[in-house]
Amino acid sequence: MNRRTFPANAAAAILVAALVPGCATTPGDDELAARTTRVLHDSFEAAGEAGLERLDQDETQRSCSAAAGKPLPRDAAAKIEAANLATVRYPADGKLVGDWKNGEKIAQEGRGRQFSDEPGGPVGGNCYACHQVSKSELAYGTIGPSLYRYLERRGNTVEAQRYTYAKIYNSEAFAACSNMPRFGYKGILSEQQIRDVTALLLDPASPVNQ
Amino acid sequence: MKAVLGCVALLAMGIAPALAAQSSTTDEIAKYRAALQDGNPAELWEARGEGIWKAPRGPKRASLERCDLGLGPGVVKGAYARLPRYFADADRVQDLESRLVWCMTTLQGLTAAEALKNRFGNGSGARSDLEALAAYVSSESQGAKMDVPLAHPKEIEAYRIGEKLFYYRGGTHDFACATCHGEEGKRIRLQDLPDLTTPEGARAAYTTWPAYRVSQGEVRTFEWRLYDCFRQQRFPELVFGSDAAIALTVFLARNANGAPFAAPAIKR
Repeated sequence: MNRRTFPANAAAAILVAALVPGCATTPGDDELAARTTRVLHDSFEAAGEAGLERLDQDETQRSCSAAAGKPLPRDAAAKIEAANLATVRYPADGKLVGDWKNGEKIAQEGRGRQFSDEPGGPVGGNCYACHQVSKSELAYGTIGPSLYRYLERRGNTVEAQRYTYAKIYNSEAFAACSNMPRFGYKGILSEQQIRDVTALLLDPASPVNQ
Repeated sequence: MKAVLGCVALLAMGIAPALAAQSSTTDEIAKYRAALQDGNPAELWEARGEGIWKAPRGPKRASLERCDLGLGPGVVKGAYARLPRYFADADRVQDLESRLVWCMTTLQGLTAAEALKNRFGNGSGARSDLEALAAYVSSESQGAKMDVPLAHPKEIEAYRIGEKLFYYRGGTHDFACATCHGEEGKRIRLQDLPDLTTPEGARAAYTTWPAYRVSQGEVRTFEWRLYDCFRQQRFPELVFGSDAAIALTVFLARNANGAPFAAPAIKR
């Protein structure tokens, strides 16, 4: 993600326009951000369950967008992680690990929260879109790391359970500007669904650990 | 036509599961695409689009043969490889699809609603004139080098806003374009993702749209590509021909400059 090869000719054209007086109508950064927000709000329509409020950013989304794929300075990253860690709500009954079989279904389910999805229909975690999870499912993506044999790496401890639950609940608590959705914080998955995915990763009987 | 599609379906069914486990899957899919390229059903859309381009239509009974796509009225050859661009008559940057809508309303006297009817075909009954026209016009740029201008202040602004939008995270899932298209060699499930932050990635991706989508039985344009990406990003619905759609298109098309245009292509 560090490498950004901004096309040289595009950069040159923008630079020339910015430097030549009289044709310097190119906006500064703040103005550009304001125009981008206006363009966004003029370019989308509410549909299905997706209202225009989805275009409004929280502080984490704003900071990560502004970074444009480059790593954040260490202190800025730490600030995002601390703010997101503070949002994590563990189950009141202390039970962090559910049913891995349901977890597997949630990991396979790609529907949910799209404007095209049936209202009230299933909402999944779509884990396989980005991660290798069990060994038998070969159609897995590679945006995130492999989770196969997760238990072996993390250990079967309460700390590992708490970390795993919290990572699914709010990934930004541990990795600022992660590509992974904040499933609990943003209300994508329920408490029970997060327990079940935690079980998929940590239950010794789960195919992830076979 | 039937023979072509039957063959496509058989290949798709046979190849996908058998080779999924192998590291050569991507190579095999590339070969499969190359084999299909000889009989791309997009040619049917191109032929229909050429007919629509030349037919007198609308209250003014005018054809689109006076439509200026940037190289002068009626010039189709090479036009797509130089779009989007600023048009003085509309005083805005337009991509092909929004330019076609502009010509349909100004030259032919259609309402915008009429021009935008069936903007995305549904794979059976509701055919899209815009998809057919885009197939025809873009096919006339095959082999032309991408040469998208960045001279007018509105073109430059669109490029810069397009870049901002590319990295704009939002919605329930925090997804931006860059979430899936910001690193090389990544995939979703088994689908390879182009890295659109490099000239190589932008060239390979942009020059293969519009494309015949085997899974949908339709030719899809770049407007559709953006529309459906935002749907999966859990954003609201992208408005066809909107400033955001055009700004992102300028950003990606300009980054593809120098590459030979190769669409309409065929994709899974």
